[in-house]
Amino acid sequence: MNRLIFKLEKRLTPSPAMVFIIPLISVLLALLLGAIFLVLTGEKPLTIYALMFEDSLGSKYGLTETMVKAIPLMLTSLGVSLAFKMKLWNIGAEGQLYMGAMAASWLPLTFPYLPVYLMLPGMLILGMIAGGLWALLTAIPRAIWKVNEIITTLMLNYVAILWVDFLVYGPWRDPKGSNFPITAPFAEAARLPGLGNSRIHAGLFFALALAVILAIVFKYSRWGYTINVIGSSERAARYAGMNIKRNILWVMFLSGAISGLAGMAEVSGIIGKLQHGISPGYGYTAIIIAWLSKLNPLAILIVSVLFGALQVGGYAVQVEGVPAAVATMLQGAILFFVLGGEVLTNYRMKLFGQKGEE
Amino acid sequence: MNQSLIQLQGIVKKFPGVLANDHVDLDIKPGEIHAILGENGSGKSTLMCVLAGLYKPDGGKILVNGVEQKFRSPRDAIASGIGMVHQHFKLVEPFTVAENITLGEQGNSFFLSNKDLKARINELGKRYGLEINLNAKVWQLSVGEKQRVEIVRMLYRGSKVLILDEPTAVLTPQEAGELFGNLRRMAAAGCAVVLITHKLNEVETIADRVTVLRQGKLAGVLEHGQINAKEMVSLMVGRVVASKYDRDSSPVGGVVLELDKVKASNDMGLPSLREMTLCVREGEILGLAGVSGNGQREMAEVIAGLRHVESGKVLLNDRNISNLSPRTIIDLGVAYVPEDRLGIGLVPDLNALENLILKNYHQPEYSGRWLLKSQAVERNAETLVKQYQVKISSLRQPVKVLSGGNLQKLLLAREISSSPKLMVVIYPARGLDIGATEAVHKLLLELKSHKTAILLISEDLDEIFKLADRVGVIFDGQLTGDFPVEQADLEEVGLLMTGSCSARERVNVDEPAHI
Repeated sequence: MNRLIFKLEKRLTPSPAMVFIIPLISVLLALLLGAIFLVLTGEKPLTIYALMFEDSLGSKYGLTETMVKAIPLMLTSLGVSLAFKMKLWNIGAEGQLYMGAMAASWLPLTFPYLPVYLMLPGMLILGMIAGGLWALLTAIPRAIWKVNEIITTLMLNYVAILWVDFLVYGPWRDPKGSNFPITAPFAEAARLPGLGNSRIHAGLFFALALAVILAIVFKYSRWGYTINVIGSSERAARYAGMNIKRNILWVMFLSGAISGLAGMAEVSGIIGKLQHGISPGYGYTAIIIAWLSKLNPLAILIVSVLFGALQVGGYAVQVEGVPAAVATMLQGAILFFVLGGEVLTNYRMKLFGQKGEE
Repeated sequence: MNQSLIQLQGIVKKFPGVLANDHVDLDIKPGEIHAILGENGSGKSTLMCVLAGLYKPDGGKILVNGVEQKFRSPRDAIASGIGMVHQHFKLVEPFTVAENITLGEQGNSFFLSNKDLKARINELGKRYGLEINLNAKVWQLSVGEKQRVEIVRMLYRGSKVLILDEPTAVLTPQEAGELFGNLRRMAAAGCAVVLITHKLNEVETIADRVTVLRQGKLAGVLEHGQINAKEMVSLMVGRVVASKYDRDSSPVGGVVLELDKVKASNDMGLPSLREMTLCVREGEILGLAGVSGNGQREMAEVIAGLRHVESGKVLLNDRNISNLSPRTIIDLGVAYVPEDRLGIGLVPDLNALENLILKNYHQPEYSGRWLLKSQAVERNAETLVKQYQVKISSLRQPVKVLSGGNLQKLLLAREISSSPKLMVVIYPARGLDIGATEAVHKLLLELKSHKTAILLISEDLDEIFKLADRVGVIFDGQLTGDFPVEQADLEEVGLLMTGSCSARERVNVDEPAHI
């Protein structure tokens, strides 16, 4: 009896064409899946998608909002990509962002009358150090006892978010804030300048500069080479005399510091105070973005804008009575299909007939 | 003479490029302990995997109690009463001992109460002296106890033939002694025990019959009473072809490497090097012979700074380098070609450019304070690949696509080009074809002519006798022999490798631990 069977054959090198085609097909499939869901809930998917596109990329206001969302996504994605490059699975960007925001807020709340040339650099440094130290908390046990960083970074997210909640509900709450969980507004000196009159702030330049720096580090630098070797084979790295522990500590610290910078940019550039729920999960979306971009810093910039648009589009359709969670669902679906498609970049599918029984 | 329990006739097993078993016969009788002896790669494990139903033979027959059987899976083999205990245990760590033993047994656990099961297992254990706590979780057990669980599991499934793959490799001498006592008892009860090993002293003490394999072929069968170390070695090793290389006989220089009573442990924390002492001189190849697992890897790692020295000294040109960092030792001129070419010596996913600067990427030649000098890196790779005749289609392709011989050439190119004072190579030609082997050997001889001290660790006596100026033997973490190559006798070296001349009895079998 003849029967057809599939067989996956490992490719020696990932197929270059697939590297580009897969994400594209994944996005299309995710949209298709979302459409099925929308039809089932009685909506017209094309109308919804058109609306999402219109309100995120099709108007000046939409574009601005998209960029506003893209900035923290870019920064946190760049942060985690640095750790991912060394196969350190830092999924704590969310917590590192919160700690960065918290430390950056401390300065204007405690010394409201600092001049701008002390205030902004001070907030920047504090935010980065706090995010870095928060990540370092997990890097130390990882380096010494090989404690799984996935668990520790994830757990510390909850600690950081609740810690900020404690502050804004408690000691840092603005007495004049009619009981809202917010701090007093920052002084003007503590606000990152915007682009013209828009809400797009100078955080965008941090992201652009960092992307260029990381691209150079990954591709041309001695340190990037070390990270690459350690990430590819720890045993080979040790054999080559590389200091693995020291690199784990540094990479995690810097990865956290970049996410901390995202937090600082958020409170200083957008909100102007510290408050409950400053991030709608940027740090988690960052993981998806870093993965979709294959840890390529320049790709991260583009993918972040797309995900920013998805988020803004999600808010826009709420007006139509469609839950904003549609956007979140699409994000999840895209990642799902990309990971599934990964098989095709690394394996070749073979279809062949087989005679009789094995 | 009683009837055979198992007969293998003319078993052939091919793997891509290798004939692992070439018409091998084997005959196992009930109540005997039958050793399968041979060097690494001689086809012992393959043959046993065929018998246990893991591999399908490309030719030959398996007869159980005189009836031909075709095994499609290990389940079929188990149904015929053949059970195998692998070197790496196949146990579910978080489960209890009892759960592991009954795992995969279908159709009984539902109605048979736990109590009955446990009573059955306990009864089995008592009969053979294999007592274990059935309620313990497997991860809590020592290696010896885990092995006992595996054996009981096979007995529980009704195995009449028990195959053990190098069972003592992971055991302490006490545990090994205990195991042998238990195996005796099983044989006495009518089971057949098949022992895969390359340790002669174990065979001498426990086996009733020995089948020796060499390079995939049956080399001979020794009956009880014929079993002695000398006979086994000559079957295992065969005859060595005369030296083919022109040996450079220029006088050697001063001592470069000296190990002075070095002690170190293996990955499991068991003592591996026991007061290892040796020295290698400038322009000399010391060929260190030994059956793998006697401390070779640990010794190489100790020298390279990758393993902690517990006591004793490692001296490089009279400087104590024990427990210095790997980087410092590299910079002092120690090159090391490890056993695992791909994964330690070379990074599989990186390309040739990147792999060729693995050890010196930080030097001013290849990088500034921040950036790598990509042109210098490329020039380096181009030169080395040409000079060492590495066949490679692109310098930017991950090295994992290269063949074993080209990987080894690439690795040697990097290590040799650092002009080392000392080169440590371990099993340099393992798995390579004749052409690649010769190329590797030529490179080592050329390095020697540049006054480098070379420590060549190998289990291939042919290789050692061809290349070495001096032959050393390592057994159980100690140097048990050291001769100039002209005075080294192949058989004597072979015997020393298996510990036969060693005064120490490693395993005491005469007294079973408990009755």
